[in-house]
Amino acid sequence: MGGWAGRLLRVNLSDGSCTVEPLRMDWARAFIGGRGLGARYFCAEVDPTIDPFSPHNKLIFATGPLTGTSASCGARYMVITKAPLNGTITTSNSGGHWGPALKFAGYDLLIIEGQAQRPVYLLIVDDQVQVRSAEHLWGKGVWETEERIREEVGLPGVRIASIGQAGENLVRFAAIMNDLHRAAGRNGVGAVMGAKRLKAIAVWGTRGVPIARPAEFLAAQWRFRQKLRASPVTGEGLPGFGTAVLVHVINESGALPVKNWQFAHMAPDETGSDAERISGETLKARYTLRNKACFACTIACGRVTRVSEDGRVRHAVLTSPRNWRAAEEGPEYENIWALGADTNVDDMDAVLKASFLCNDYGMDPISFGATLAAAMELYERGYLDDSVTGRPLCFGDADALVAFTEATALRRGFGDQLAEGAKRLCERYGHPELFMGSKGMEFPAYDARAIQGMGLGYATSNRGGCHLKGYSVKAEILGVPEKLNPRTTAGKAALQKKLQDATSSIDASGICLFVSFGAELEDLVPMLAAATGVDYTLEEVIRAGERIFNLERLWLLRAGFTGADDTLPDRLLRAPIPAGPSRGQVNRLHEMLPEYYRLRGWDETGTPTSAKVSELNLEEVFG
Amino acid sequence: MQVKVKLFASLRKYLPEGAAGSQATLELPEGATVRDVLKQLQVPEEMARIVMIDGEHCPQLDQPLSEGQTLSIFPPMAGGQGEEDTRSARDCC
Repeated sequence: MGGWAGRLLRVNLSDGSCTVEPLRMDWARAFIGGRGLGARYFCAEVDPTIDPFSPHNKLIFATGPLTGTSASCGARYMVITKAPLNGTITTSNSGGHWGPALKFAGYDLLIIEGQAQRPVYLLIVDDQVQVRSAEHLWGKGVWETEERIREEVGLPGVRIASIGQAGENLVRFAAIMNDLHRAAGRNGVGAVMGAKRLKAIAVWGTRGVPIARPAEFLAAQWRFRQKLRASPVTGEGLPGFGTAVLVHVINESGALPVKNWQFAHMAPDETGSDAERISGETLKARYTLRNKACFACTIACGRVTRVSEDGRVRHAVLTSPRNWRAAEEGPEYENIWALGADTNVDDMDAVLKASFLCNDYGMDPISFGATLAAAMELYERGYLDDSVTGRPLCFGDADALVAFTEATALRRGFGDQLAEGAKRLCERYGHPELFMGSKGMEFPAYDARAIQGMGLGYATSNRGGCHLKGYSVKAEILGVPEKLNPRTTAGKAALQKKLQDATSSIDASGICLFVSFGAELEDLVPMLAAATGVDYTLEEVIRAGERIFNLERLWLLRAGFTGADDTLPDRLLRAPIPAGPSRGQVNRLHEMLPEYYRLRGWDETGTPTSAKVSELNLEEVFG
Repeated sequence: MQVKVKLFASLRKYLPEGAAGSQATLELPEGATVRDVLKQLQVPEEMARIVMIDGEHCPQLDQPLSEGQTLSIFPPMAGGQGEEDTRSARDCC
């Protein structure tokens, strides 16, 4: 056997016990690892109806069989938990080096249970596991936390995942950060860690990853690597410009949501703002120092950036002595959109500062930016005023963007309300229709009126408004592997199902989703087979993806969600885009959803039929 | 006729002298196609991976253009590391 370490580590913070268990290999084979295997354990162990902040919620860190191997982009781990933001099962993905370190220590999974009395952090060095006091780290940001832990454990190569103040303060979209800048970003996984009073998990492993058939694996991973190198996207586009290059691509398509989705095109004569100022081209020309890769990555889409050449601090009012002249990482396209376009702040200095602050406080910039944009619309429409916000809060206000990034993470003033997310905020002020998200999570950076298939993806994602579980933008806008018309609905149900299943498999393998820009799922299969020694076929891997997606769906239904939640806000379904290249478009979800249910083998209420459940061998999961 | 042409990412270097930002207005004969524009600006055809006319995807380079349209051209997912690409990392950290 190889690929899998064959063990999991279970830590109960209520009683401080740490136990090592053999991995359920029947589950590992059927659910591969990562997102799939983590979800399988989660569904077996966590009642879907619990409060996400209760000690009964669990936090599962899951690697895949390719995590920590030489397979290109085998850097990923996933966090599986019940989401504080919206009550879904979330599977949040991160890169960097932390996932491989957990694997090197000899664990496929780390399951955190219970709740500590006082703040603690975990130190895992191979078989030695300690629960240590984190009283002195509570209240610190991610960057200082990592630095201090590294110093006190005396292992320079130790890898650390931690929460910042946002997680401690139970900000509902707090992230778990690792290796300073990488994030398991969405749904508020960091707030679950905060509720458990777990500040950080430091890992150092020396065991490596066993490979079942080494010669075959080396050949397979070499072919995979060559394929990624030959692709214009993974070989040139992402290394050269990072994801920020999408700003112009999406804007020119009329799919860049601006001002809380009132517009879908940023242009001086329409929105009074200019996409060029926050574009990937501007980021590259004025801010980027170099690109950067995660463990074993041959793409290197990460950006190392610096706020400004002269180190001016125009927007930040900082309570801690951070040095903005230093180089940090980011921002990704999604950060630029949420912090820039959605709030209509076309000031790259401010966007970068807000993005850096989100990293240090440990907060999801997508949900934060989208929540701030919703607040700005509430304010401009007169549903909120200065007596609540404490200051003017109009679209385009760069100072407000930076100030509220900090206030939200620290739950100060109006930031305390922003920390609850856009859905709760809009409901509180009597205008739930201004919440731009699905299943309670804010949408990311693509207007579903201009990209029909993405609307279906948002409506059916198991964790709410998310682009990463079925990124149809790839085909509908970028033309990978072939170009589909973004304005039509024909074939989009089949496209979403295929992408959702394939994405589930990739997320289970421990490989980065970005490989799908340059390679196919079939290129992954030989690596999985050689690493694990299980003769996976392409059909089995696709079927595993479908099994994972349906498993999450079944859990969601038990948590109280129904088919009625597979929807989009009225603004996307009924309010045509007012200007720009996609003027007049709405999302035609009703043309896609029934076909999608049929293709999925779900009944008209969106429930997997018993035939489908049995076909996927999921009968025994929920008893 | 006049057509507005926008070139992005690594294609920016093909903009005519004096173009502001990412765009230029070109004077073209009636019936000129996307391919004619690429030829005039010396953009290699294989580099024009995503082509939009007024925001709508244009699958054919033979598509004739009309007065006042906006043509947006991207390299493959805006690929291609320019010569100026990565500055030294020594300034970093």
